[in-house]
Amino acid sequence: MTNHWVDIKNADLILVMGGNAAEAHPCGFKWVVEAKASRKAKLVVVDPRFTRSAAVSDFYAPIRAGSDIAFLGGVIRYLLANDKIHHEYVKAFTNAAFLINEGFQFEDGLFSGYDAAKRKYDTATWQYQLDGQGFVKIDETLQSPNCVFQIMKRHYARYTPEVVSRVAGTPRADFLKICEMIAETAAPNRTMTICYALGWTQHTVGSQNIRTMAMIQLLLGNMGMAGGGVNALRGHANVQGITDQCLYSEVLPGYLSAPADADKTRAEYLAKRTPKPLRPNQMNFPQNFPKWHTSLMKAWYGNAATAENGFCYDWLPKKDAAYDVLALFERMHQGKMNGFVCQGFNPLASVSHKAKVTAGLAKLKYLVVIDPLATETAEFWKDYGEFNPADPAAIQTEVFRLPSTCFAEQDGSFTNSGRVIQWHWKAADGPGEAMSDVDIVAGLFARLRALYAKDGGAFPDPVLGLAWPYRIPQRPHPEEIAMEINGKALADVTDPKDPTKVLAKAGEQLAGFAQLRDDGSTASGNWIYCGMWSQAGNLTARRDPADLTGLGQTLNWGFAWPANRRILYNRASCDLAGKPWDPSRTVIKWDGAKWGGNDIPDMRPDAKPEEGVMPFIMNPEGVARLFAPERMVDGPLPEHYEPFETPLDGNPMHPNNPKAVSNPAARVYPGDLESFAKAKDFPYVATTYRLVEHFHFWTKHSLLNAITQPQQFVEIGEELAREKGIANGDRVRVRSTRGQLTAVAVVTKRLRALEVDGRKIHTVGMPIHWGFRGATHPGYITNTLTPFVGDANSQTPEFKAFLVNIEKA
Amino acid sequence: MVWQSLDIRRRSATTTPMPQVRESTEVAKLIDISQCIGCKACQVACMEWNDLRCEVGYCVGVYDNPPDLTAKAWTVMRFTELENDGRLEWLIRKDGCMHCQDPGCLKACPAPGAIVQYANGIVEFHQEHCIGCDYCLTGCPFNIPRLSDQDHKAYKCTLCSDRVAVGQVPACIKTCPTGALHFGSKEDMKEHAEQRIADLKSRGFANAGLYDPPGVEGTHVMYVLQHADHPEWYAGLPQDPAISPLVEVWKGWTKPLAIGVMAAGVLASLVHYVMKGPNEISKETEKEVENETRPE
Repeated sequence: MTNHWVDIKNADLILVMGGNAAEAHPCGFKWVVEAKASRKAKLVVVDPRFTRSAAVSDFYAPIRAGSDIAFLGGVIRYLLANDKIHHEYVKAFTNAAFLINEGFQFEDGLFSGYDAAKRKYDTATWQYQLDGQGFVKIDETLQSPNCVFQIMKRHYARYTPEVVSRVAGTPRADFLKICEMIAETAAPNRTMTICYALGWTQHTVGSQNIRTMAMIQLLLGNMGMAGGGVNALRGHANVQGITDQCLYSEVLPGYLSAPADADKTRAEYLAKRTPKPLRPNQMNFPQNFPKWHTSLMKAWYGNAATAENGFCYDWLPKKDAAYDVLALFERMHQGKMNGFVCQGFNPLASVSHKAKVTAGLAKLKYLVVIDPLATETAEFWKDYGEFNPADPAAIQTEVFRLPSTCFAEQDGSFTNSGRVIQWHWKAADGPGEAMSDVDIVAGLFARLRALYAKDGGAFPDPVLGLAWPYRIPQRPHPEEIAMEINGKALADVTDPKDPTKVLAKAGEQLAGFAQLRDDGSTASGNWIYCGMWSQAGNLTARRDPADLTGLGQTLNWGFAWPANRRILYNRASCDLAGKPWDPSRTVIKWDGAKWGGNDIPDMRPDAKPEEGVMPFIMNPEGVARLFAPERMVDGPLPEHYEPFETPLDGNPMHPNNPKAVSNPAARVYPGDLESFAKAKDFPYVATTYRLVEHFHFWTKHSLLNAITQPQQFVEIGEELAREKGIANGDRVRVRSTRGQLTAVAVVTKRLRALEVDGRKIHTVGMPIHWGFRGATHPGYITNTLTPFVGDANSQTPEFKAFLVNIEKA
Repeated sequence: MVWQSLDIRRRSATTTPMPQVRESTEVAKLIDISQCIGCKACQVACMEWNDLRCEVGYCVGVYDNPPDLTAKAWTVMRFTELENDGRLEWLIRKDGCMHCQDPGCLKACPAPGAIVQYANGIVEFHQEHCIGCDYCLTGCPFNIPRLSDQDHKAYKCTLCSDRVAVGQVPACIKTCPTGALHFGSKEDMKEHAEQRIADLKSRGFANAGLYDPPGVEGTHVMYVLQHADHPEWYAGLPQDPAISPLVEVWKGWTKPLAIGVMAAGVLASLVHYVMKGPNEISKETEKEVENETRPE
């Protein structure tokens, strides 16, 4: 979330789209209820299903799964065509006026630079026009045909209400009503918040779904505002913490881009990631990359990391290929993987195309499962009849189960969706021989290191040289780890403006990332968490609910990264002179000498408004990108592409270009493209989702949850049920090209047929929570049916839109 | 225990006068249907607090689970899909005991002290006195009490009288994540409901209103309804609930007659005993009965 949970109460309009907050986030949803009750806010829900969120909404509109960009592109067109944008904001705080390379083109569904053979774009023509000093050229009149504003206007002119309705199936009148409601928040003193979740990410255009919404929020001037922002509601209690700490392959902790094979030396690696400012006077905060990275190396390798050896840069693994979840299982499926350590992860249930995952697991030599529960993955080899047919004799994978404790059985921290890190304390001992994850990993590490020390091996240095500064090496305490993540001074850290002034003495905990250095004098395991455990102690353990701001900022409750800032980009809540757009919801303001107010300013505190330092400090241009010259592999502007399994004959936006049916830059593995279904055989759109009664694949093990939602079901509309002769409560069989399952049919008015591109589209809704282990009645893994293809940028699998057929079982 | 902390206002099948010295505040639970997302956290809290675990049931084609109240499920969510004025609504009502001011269950109950009403308005079953006759269900205009197969006694929501007695809100109120459930004095709850109704009216629900039916002299569980003119849309919430005439008859003019009949019965038994001695069951008959009732 750019904002935070409590801040939802400050919104005038709450859009729930690409998610179902009431269902998946019932506790956080209280702030939606609060905004409605106390602020007279309106709640709008756009979803293929009439959801629990819709049940308490002011307005609901249906949408075909996988057509969100068509809908949101239509909103952009509406805002531009009806002049419902926050002009001053857009002109000053976005790249609307920036000039783009004249070679940039968008033609018949493809951006310039496309290489069909590689399914990749060369982004050269997407770049800014630079002047002699290396600054971007701008056109303040916004009239140049090459300026972002005009390019955007041309791009979205095609997304008329008629087109939206034809592609997304949303009735035109419903779409326009929502446009009107959204447009009202273009006023400086009105804000909209958007709450989304996996309903946007789990598409092959997932990242672009979210970008489209970010563009809308920028056009409306809702970024940086109380009650505004783009708010990802994260799933697992600590999934935010997991991404922050880099438990995926693309980045190092704190979202530091990970080195790849091409980054031969530390100097090359740092140079590529340390941008120069693209406009005068901008903070260009990523220029500090070397400080963050060097401090990380010092935290990892301690005294072994020196300036002379490039702070052990050579010890870091260099990415040679993709290591996202689909890439891992593809590699496993090809038999190119020996072992897999599966910690707090149940991939057999939660990765798409179960048959492929099963086949992959069966090719491993060993599988280690670290989990508090008896997961399906740990028993992939066991025959559970129709729910998991398997021949144990034919599977040679050796499976080790290491029972771990759960979060309530150990100290630690959770980072919530609003980036607030909150310490939690152990409430009970774990059962039986369960150990904490930390202890299990520390135990494995100690044994492995001993083996490397004894036997050497190909490259023992990074293992032998890893800093392991814990009091009890086999049992690092979570507090020690938290202090290490925060970081400390290794030598006295002095003020660059006054070297006689010591900011942190050697050995002291650092107060924030401004104190990090690139000379090896500081260590920090994650720069964005720096400040959470300063000399003042564990700030994540703070529990002061006092809200002196009236906005629910509660700055002394836990610690929010970065720098305890609760609303990101909050400089944008003020006009160019530093006055709040809405004084009744002041986040920060310029008081004549400094920035301050109800939040930690996301701005250099002494940056006078007339200096023109813009709010989006993480971009070298200082402003937000309506047009993204980099970082998006599939286009600088979002465009509607069909899901890889589309119920239509093609992309109605580009009916004559077979290359532009689905995301042209999404990665597809050989063999998978052929396995995607065609609408003539599998005519119904399926979408998977969660229910409030359960949490993923955990709570089916809990009796109380099982009582409230005991048995697997699928949902279909009344019209489809009539066509297929399916009555409420009947058992039905659902098939995709990858497998089939049977479940109880819930026939409902909440899933209705939509008119899309001249035909009728039915949706089959599939809750995910069942499996062959647990207190519920046994069920099928829903991902038996889902396709093995992901978002072009994040590789998140397309769980939300694929094709099935259905019949009475 | 409750005897010490909660005064009893009424007691089933009892004529002894009830205590009247202490002044109690009447309490109420307010269920705001317009803020309820049907998450069932209240169901789980109820099961946890009251140590209830019903069986893992089946999906019967709706989200309702358990599908009905049982002796071990004292509150359930009832989901209704409604097409109204061209728009779909999903009405979700938390069902359970309404704690009537004039409780039909208590009136119908023939077992002394099996049902009591506290001065604060809570109606509670005291199962140790329950004879399992099921009359409370006949007496209830809301179809709430359920007889247990296990002990043949009737059960229902207690409004967490044990929690309320020590100044805590009921478990369901405590756990409700959206704040759709409220608890306090009945007066305060009515006042809060007024604000909610005004909000709903401003959102186009012209007939929003409070459900506090006069047919049972009001209830200590009240609903804020978007469509107060159509309570029946909410999974059959009665339009104008009243105690069954059967109960009125049974507890009204026939009561002295019934007592007379019963007394005559007792007298007849006595005569039979004196004249013929006690009834005896032969060993064979006993064995037969045992065989018939033994589970397979």
